[in-house]
Amino acid sequence: MLLAMFLEALRAMGANRLRTSLTMLGMVIGVGAVILMLAVGEGTRMTVKRQVEALGTNIFIVLAGSFNTGGVRSGSGQRQTLTLEDADAIRALEGVGAVTPVSFASLQLVAGGRNWNTQVTGAGEGFSEVRSWPVADGREMDALDVQQASRSIWLGTSASAELFGQDDPLGQTVRVGVTPFTVAGILSSKGQSMDGRDQDDTALVPFSSFSRYLQGSQFQGRVRMLMVKSRDGVDMAHVQEDMTQLLRERHRIIDPMADNDFFISNLSAVMDSAEAAAQAMTLLLGAIASVSLAVGGIGIMNIMLVSVTERTREIGIRLAIGARRKDILTQFMLEAVLVSVTGGLLGLLCGAAGAWTVSRFWNTSVFITPFSLALSFTVSLGIGVFFGFYPAWKAAGQDPIEALRHQ
Amino acid sequence: MGRLLVETQALRKSYLTGAGALEVLHGVDFSLEEGEFAAVMGPSGSGKSTFMNILGCLDTATSGVYRLLGDPVSDLGPDELAVRRNRFLGFVFQGYNLLPKSDLLENVALPLLYARVPSHERRRRAMEQLAKVGLADFAHRLPGQVSGGQQQRAAVARALVGRPSLILADEPTGNLDSQTSDEIMGLFIGLNGEGSSIILVTHEPDVAACAKRLVRFLDGRLVEDSAVAERRTLPPATDPAANPAGG
Repeated sequence: MLLAMFLEALRAMGANRLRTSLTMLGMVIGVGAVILMLAVGEGTRMTVKRQVEALGTNIFIVLAGSFNTGGVRSGSGQRQTLTLEDADAIRALEGVGAVTPVSFASLQLVAGGRNWNTQVTGAGEGFSEVRSWPVADGREMDALDVQQASRSIWLGTSASAELFGQDDPLGQTVRVGVTPFTVAGILSSKGQSMDGRDQDDTALVPFSSFSRYLQGSQFQGRVRMLMVKSRDGVDMAHVQEDMTQLLRERHRIIDPMADNDFFISNLSAVMDSAEAAAQAMTLLLGAIASVSLAVGGIGIMNIMLVSVTERTREIGIRLAIGARRKDILTQFMLEAVLVSVTGGLLGLLCGAAGAWTVSRFWNTSVFITPFSLALSFTVSLGIGVFFGFYPAWKAAGQDPIEALRHQ
Repeated sequence: MGRLLVETQALRKSYLTGAGALEVLHGVDFSLEEGEFAAVMGPSGSGKSTFMNILGCLDTATSGVYRLLGDPVSDLGPDELAVRRNRFLGFVFQGYNLLPKSDLLENVALPLLYARVPSHERRRRAMEQLAKVGLADFAHRLPGQVSGGQQQRAAVARALVGRPSLILADEPTGNLDSQTSDEIMGLFIGLNGEGSSIILVTHEPDVAACAKRLVRFLDGRLVEDSAVAERRTLPPATDPAANPAGG
């Protein structure tokens, strides 16, 4: 029964090819626009996410507090209130995965006949875990490096290329300032950061070596910044609260009204807001595209109404020989759904092709999610049902005698 | 005689118009038994079309009783009427009323679609009926590709395919020349000979003379109901082989 009606619907579509294709075009454009817009929005969201993730997710940055003398406040990290013991205490907290002190300075590196200015980071053995930044070649920094303040250096891929070109840098000597270091490893490539900086143009040395040879700090054992990575799946706010509590106790800040002498920020909050912005953009783009989808639906309704009027006599014949109202309703609904779903599927292809074109010629990342495909298909089916119902209901409600008299 | 197919008592029908209620049937008592062949005549506006529409379950009476196969249908809803049209009645119209974009086979099979008959069975039975009216070779032609007489024969095949209890023909020869008219009437006589019950509306005395019984309407009343005195005999339908029981 349904198969026979389906074939009839196909024939009805074929009988008016131009009209059917134009009606379908409305759906093609609508669905295509939704797919394309969602793909662009989702692509943007993924790019933002990737960039934030490149910094390492679920990371806290703990900065030494600013000092406040006579109302003049310096920036954070200016007062050396954090110690390596603080770092060890934080590491012992439940919910904390890894901790590393971090110092950095822009320094001149010399190797053979070449020299290169790059950012040198001093960090602990937890660095690669905290930043999700493993060594690609050579060995990882270990506790012994930090303990003995070994003169080992790990190079980012860009810094390595600048200093050694095509040569193998492992085991070679790099002079930083006046101190010679031996290249112990090459960090894996991380690409650009969110602000467009090349993250691979960098070098890493043990934190202890950094303070002893490169910084000459008067505050040995004190740090300006700690990076803390929480364990997977723990509540970030909870960990932050524990850390605050711990540091206040260690720093003997008893007055509950007193300011912290440290500052904790959380990258996941940055990521959340960036993702929320991208999500809002996806929604906005989707909403704009949905308008064209609605217009496509109205087009279907319009044509179905014309078709019902044109085929009044046919409806009369069908009713006279025994079609029930629901048979007529089903037949016209099937036609509307067939037009909308075929248009939707074509639109899906067009949207995908459009997304591919955008990603290729505008260098924007696009991402078509299975969700957006399923959504478009479901929506086009829904549009066929919704906009096809009224014309079909009108067809089914005809009086057979009047319909048969219709010329 | 056979069982009672159709029975009406005090059948009235009025329409609401701007000038008030317009009564087109003023109480019609009529009955028809199985195997009868009645011709309904009367001038335009006599109420015969309205009467036929009610008999055909396309319309319902304002008051009075109509029993189809002993079953009152006056108070039925549109879908219940549709089921009765499909199961018990076969229609032949003046303008053939075939679906122009479906071939003859599909047209003939259409009532079976609404009777929920499976696809292969629909085709088999439609083909059988087409062969019976001599159109086996035209099964895959569109209505526009065959003559008016052939279209009307296909319409008769469509009316017969559901094995209805009663065939209602509304001016079936109105659009045909006299020779083709005779062909179609030959077909009806043949069908009646095989036992089909037929009610036929016509303006033409020649056509009415093919029936066994004549019913005449005037001003919404049944004014004459008599046996046809001199019944016309016609040769059977054009293809005797296709209509072995032809009259």
